[in-house]
Formats: sequence, structure tokens, C-alpha cells
Amino acid sequence: MTTGLLTFTDRGIFCPEGGFHIDPWRPVDRALITHGHSDHARWGHGRYLATHAALPVIRHRLGDIAAEGIAYGETRQINGVSVSFHPAGHVPGSAQIRVERRGEVWVVSGDYKVEADGLSEPFAPVRCHTFITECTFGLPLFRWAPQTRLAAQIAAWWQANADEGRTSILAAYGLGKAQRLMTMLPPLGPILTHGAVEDTTRILRDQGYPIPATTRISAGIDAKSHPGALVIAPPSALGTPWAGRFGPASEAFASGWMALRGIRRRRGLGTGFVISDHADWPGLNAAIRETGASRIFATHGYTTPFRRWLEDQGYDAGIVQTEFGGDEADTPEPRPEPLPEPEPGP
Amino acid sequence: MKRFATLFNALDATTRTGEKTAALAAYFRDAPHPDRVWTVALLSGRRPKRAVNATELRQWAAEAAGIPLWLFEDSYAVAGDLAETIARLLPEAANSQPPSLDATLRALIALTGRPPAERRAHVTATWAALGADERFLFNKLLTGGFRMGVSQGLMTRALAQVTGVEASVMAHRLMGDWDPAHTSFAALTEEGGSDGAARPYPFALASPLEALPDSLGPPEDWLAEWKWDGIRGQIIARAGTFAVWSRGEDLITDRFPEFAPLQDHLPPGTVIDGEIVAWGGTAPLPFADLQKRIGRKTVPKRLLAEAPAHILAYDLLEDAGQDLRDAPLSQRRARLEAILAALPPGLPLSPSPMVPGNWVARAALRSGARAQMAEGLMLKRLSSPYHAGRKRGDWWKWKLDPYAVDAVMVYAQAGHGRRANLYTDFTFALRDGTDLVPFTKAYSGLTDAEFAEITRWVGKNTQERFGPVRRVVPELVFEIGFEGIQASPRHKSGIALRFPRMLRWRRDKGVADIDTIEALRALLRSKTGGCLPPAPPEGI
Repeated sequence: MTTGLLTFTDRGIFCPEGGFHIDPWRPVDRALITHGHSDHARWGHGRYLATHAALPVIRHRLGDIAAEGIAYGETRQINGVSVSFHPAGHVPGSAQIRVERRGEVWVVSGDYKVEADGLSEPFAPVRCHTFITECTFGLPLFRWAPQTRLAAQIAAWWQANADEGRTSILAAYGLGKAQRLMTMLPPLGPILTHGAVEDTTRILRDQGYPIPATTRISAGIDAKSHPGALVIAPPSALGTPWAGRFGPASEAFASGWMALRGIRRRRGLGTGFVISDHADWPGLNAAIRETGASRIFATHGYTTPFRRWLEDQGYDAGIVQTEFGGDEADTPEPRPEPLPEPEPGP
Repeated sequence: MKRFATLFNALDATTRTGEKTAALAAYFRDAPHPDRVWTVALLSGRRPKRAVNATELRQWAAEAAGIPLWLFEDSYAVAGDLAETIARLLPEAANSQPPSLDATLRALIALTGRPPAERRAHVTATWAALGADERFLFNKLLTGGFRMGVSQGLMTRALAQVTGVEASVMAHRLMGDWDPAHTSFAALTEEGGSDGAARPYPFALASPLEALPDSLGPPEDWLAEWKWDGIRGQIIARAGTFAVWSRGEDLITDRFPEFAPLQDHLPPGTVIDGEIVAWGGTAPLPFADLQKRIGRKTVPKRLLAEAPAHILAYDLLEDAGQDLRDAPLSQRRARLEAILAALPPGLPLSPSPMVPGNWVARAALRSGARAQMAEGLMLKRLSSPYHAGRKRGDWWKWKLDPYAVDAVMVYAQAGHGRRANLYTDFTFALRDGTDLVPFTKAYSGLTDAEFAEITRWVGKNTQERFGPVRRVVPELVFEIGFEGIQASPRHKSGIALRFPRMLRWRRDKGVADIDTIEALRALLRSKTGGCLPPAPPEGI
């Protein structure tokens, strides 16, 4: 599709000279993985390369894989092509991948956000000629409030619920968002976790990330044993019998999509906290500027308007099609997470 | 605006009626008095005229946000709500000093008809002075599409709680033609408040009957009458006053000059509930004929002759100045017929005939409703009072099953509001030889889960984009139900449907199985139907 160091194939981004793919979606021989989310780290590749920080979760999710770790900033040669991984600020362990050959530099952003969240390795801009950027929230509608303000909002909600004897159930993605929330909130009460969240949390905590103590929800753990608790669960657990055990509870969802009232109302949620691990509109624009790149490829999001915007700004801009050829503007619903595991009977 | 925004957020944050009522009651207790009046006005559909049109708003907002218009439009397509789009695109206000709701609305009213430059200056200055929540609401007031997820009944209950006035009395007071700019909260809510001889009563509303009527008990406890396809109207004849109100609380007296003679003949203090129809002499004409008159302030002579209006009366709410609503229907109906019988012949007012018999006989008559130009039967409990609004249990609409055809989806468009970002508005086609002819749009009848599934499908099966509209692979088949059909030279297919909606997604059918446009044309020719099988009843 394009000539140069990286090309776009039906398996994903490919480096012909290096013989490796980046975040491929079909099985390949050699895969460089930006981070552990399931649409980036898929099963079935011959060899995996990811940051040391990202590997434990990837191994947990993919099982027995042939994987190698790399430090942030460390350069490795693959068939004469230099590759290195740089913090993307998206989730703990996430990376942008820099690829260089004979002075030509490309950077694949993976998913990223520019605001430091106090947990993920903060985003570091990397100079390059060509930047492949995500644009999940690539419209000026999306502008995030600073994390301190969001933390205060969520804390106020938790406190008000606790004061009224209600459990707070906060839905968030299990890798990244969940741990970010635990870390950014003041210690107002016990934090209980759904099994799918707890596994990842434990792995990250064992790696040394400063995540507060959490209790996995199992038989006997409910509103009585843990009054005023904050429950962190995957979005799929909201409104289920699983969530019913907490009796009177207030449910909320923490996601960048909560910026859109229509989506929030469609999910039947009164409360939504607009908090995202992706860059907002100003963040995307700032990140792109800082790369110094003259050529930008947009992927993963509102690619069509974002490309047009970049062209208006004087960039040479293109689109990398994702697996289904459609853009995510069509499906802003959160990706489904695995359903809650069956709990042992009372 | 701050207090109003707090109210809005509280209402928006819950789907529980009790919490909404409590939030409203709290507001009616502590908001500034003039703001309360405007809130009552807004929640009862009394919005100020639009001072600014949507095109102007888009341009001003795009410039204020410093983005090109196309990017504004693309953002709007994603947010699905103009007020929200603008609120989110504008830079955050440095320090917001929101004016009161009263001041905001008075300024907006004063703005109507001013030169564009002045309107623009006012709107952009207000944007700059408002925080994000207030800005969203200000835009809602500007664009006129203001809904707060609160029914008028709910608001009335909250007001009743706060003032101690009974809800039905409060509902009556809020009806009719009052102007929030010249009405005080006291006048609106206190006894002996704003007087209105022309003020209508809240309409009683029916619920759809989903079970068989046997479940309602003995047939002799129930009055059955035709469910007409016209405009619900309330005729008020009081000393010195004659008024006709529509269910939407529009005063429509002047639209129907043929009713004027009634004021000389109805006894003073008479209020009648009935259906306004276009009259063919002995039976109603199709709704399409009445529709030609709706929306016209003055009716040309030709239309008066072609589609004369007539009232089929079915209830009496006030008799000799006495509020009769608490009397049983049997008594009200007897009085109604006595009044109508005493009128001279030739007036455009007659009783809506009753449909006698046991449930079996009525079911048989109901199946012939379309030949009577009716949509089915109404069933009303003879012992029931005249309720304000919808009270389940005493009034039922027992409609005929709709007509139905199987059609294929050819275009999809994202919805608005709660359906933003979800493909919910579809265009359907039928076969015409080897061609597909688009013949109707529909956007209701499916579950959220089905819409979400179709949205994913549209993403993968788009053939062409026209702005927000996608042409899709003609593959998904739906059963389209509708209540009526008429010729329409404005449509390519030559027909227009009444109340089209999706009855179900026919996953079992492919595009080869859809119906032909000829079948609809035949139905149109026959007019009374019968060519197409009606949809099978639910639950089979």
C-alpha cells in the first residue's frame, strides 16, 4: 500500500526488510507488541517482542508463548533494522515502537495518552519522519479534564454513595483503567474487585506498580462485610445479578465515550465519568507536532475526518485501515470484556 | 441558569420517577420564582420561538471554536445533538457568570427578528459567559428541541407536592394559553390564579390492549366505540367563549371555521371530548384528507368543500358549567347524547357510535374497522371517571393488526440523541421486476441490541456514503408494518405509508423473499385493504 520502511498488509503493519509485524491481527512469524490489550496482543504468533513491563500481563492472557522482553529505550537489530520501544502513557508497560533503517525513522504509536496518570510510564515524544498515530478520539468533541479534577469528581460520587449506605460500582477496562482509578482515588474505603480485574491488578502490583490493596470479590464479600466499598468491575458486569449482591448500589462507567450523552443514555447510565487512556483532541495534535514528522498515518478511530484535518494543517496524511475496513466511529461501544467468572456458591 | 442546570443534571442522572419528582419538587421550592415559571413553561411544551436558526448556529459555533465548518459537521454527526456538539467544541469559559433562566429567556425572546450581527453578538457573548452544562442548556433553548425526560404529568405531581394543590386541579390550571413572560408563579399555582374561560381539561389517554378483551371482564361493563383516525379535540363552549383545543394543547379554533356555529347552539358551560375528522357525509374520509388542513392557519374554500371537518363526540367533561369528570362514563355519555339530540340538524357534531355486543361480536366488528375508516376499537369502562392523562386500566385502544410487507434495507443513517452513533434510521425497498424501489423509512421497532448489531453490520457492508447516509448491501430483510397507505406523487414509489415501523428483523429471509411494490399498489387501489395479509398477532 505504501512504499517505505513499513507497509500495511491484511495482517497488520509490516516491515519487509526486518521481517516483523507490529500488533498484527492474524498469526505471523514475528510480532512486536505495543501493549497487552486484546486487540493489540493477539494469540498465535511465532515469536513476541514487548517491553519487560508489558510481558507479564501478555503472558497471563495468551498463555504459553515464545516471548522476549525489551527495556524502554533499548535498541535491537532485527535483520538490519533498528527497533526500540518508548513509553506511550496508555497503560502500564505500553509502548510506541520506533523503527529505523538507514536514517529513515518511523514510529508506530500504538495507543497513547499524553497526560501522566501516575501509574503508566509517561508518554515520551519520539522524533520521526513518519508517525502512525491512533485517533480513537480524533474529533474536537473530545477534550479531557485534568486527572486531578476527575479524581475529585469520582471521589465525591463514592463518598456520597457511602454516606447514603450505597455501594459504588465503577465499570472500567480491566487492564490500565481499573488500576489507574485505584491509584488516583483517595482511600475513602475498601476497594473490591471483580475476578477479571483482580488478576491483572495482582500481576501489575507484583511487578512493583504502586497500586493500593484490593480484595477479590468471592462468596461472603458483599455490602455488609465491606460497607462503603468501591467495586471495580468490567463494563459487562454492570446491571447483572453478579452486581446485584451489593444491594442498594450506584453504578457508573469510566470511559472517554461517556463524553457523549447519547452513548451514556443508551447504556442506561445516569453517571458516566469521562476518563480515557487515549489522547484527546488537543493531545493528539500536540503529540503529532512534537514528533516533527511530516507524514502521518491515522489508524484506529475517526480516521477520515482526522486525516482531512491533518491535510488542512499541511501534513502528508493517510489512513491505515484496521482489520474490518470500517472505522471505529461506527462502533464507539466499549469492546466487550470477558463475562464474569462463575462464583462459588454461598 | 446554574440552579436550572443542577435540576437538569439531576433529572438526567436517573431513570427513576420518584427521584425525578423529588428533584423537581426541590427545584420548585428553592429556585427563584420567575425561573420556576419558565421551567413549568418549558416542561409543558411552551418554548420560546427560535431566535436563531440551526445554520447560523453552526457557522457561529465553528468560528468561535476555531475549526472549519466541515469538522463541525463531522463532529455533529458523531455527537448526534447540535446543542451538545456546540457545548463541547467551544473553549472552556474562563470564569462563568451565568445569568438567570428568566433573564436568559427574556433576552432570547427580545432577540427574535433582530439583525444577524446583533443576534450573533448576543449568542457568542452568552456562550463565553457560561460553563459547559449551562451552555448545553442554553443551546437547547436556542435550538428549541428541548426535552428533559420529564412528562407533564410528572411535573404536575411535583408542583402539586410543593403547592398542596391537587394534581388534577394543577393539571387543569396549567392547560391552555398562558404566557410565561407575563405570568407569576403565584398566579400559576395559587387558588384563584390565572383565569381562563377557554382553558381545556387534560385529555384522558388510553393504553394499547395487548391481551384479549376477555381479560377485561364482562363486556357489558365496557363501552366500545370506533377508534377514529383523526385529531383528538376538546370543544369548549362557555359564556362568551368558544374554543377548540387539540391534544397537543394547540388552540385550533380558527382552523375549523365550520365549528363556529356550534357556539350558538351548545348550552353554555359545555365541554366535549371527541375526534375531529374530515367528513364524507356519513363516514369519515381518510386521514390524508384531514392532513391537508392541518398546519394551515386559514383554510381555502376549496378545502372546506372537499374535506369539511366534523366532530365525532365521545365524552362530556363539563355540563352546565359543572365539572363532570368524576361522574361515571355511563352518566357522562347519557348527558352527552341528550345534549347532542337537542341540537338542530346539520351541525358538524354527532355522537361517535357505540359498538354493541359481546367480545366475540365486537372482535368481528373490529376486524372490519378499516372499512369504517377506523383503526380498531376503543374500550372504556362504563363506571370510570375521566382521568387526567394516561391511567392504565379504564381506557384501552384495541387496534387492528397493522398491514405488513417484507422489505430490504437499502440505506442507513445514524440516529440522534440517545441513538447517536447507532444506525437506527433505515430506508427500505421492495422489488419492482428486477429493480429495488425505495418506498419507506422506518426507525422504530427494534431493540437496542438489534440496532447495535445492525450498526456493526452497516460498518462492514457500506457501499457508498452520502454525508451521514450509507448505502448498504441490500441483504437485511425486515417486516414493515403500517396503518394506512395513500398515493404520493412526491415519492418515487408513488405511495406513502402511515406509521411505518419495523415489526421484526426477518433473519430467516433473504432479498429474494421480499414483497413487490405491485402488492402495495394493489392495496392502494383497493383502498380498504385485504390484498395483503395482516401481520399475525403477537405471540404466535
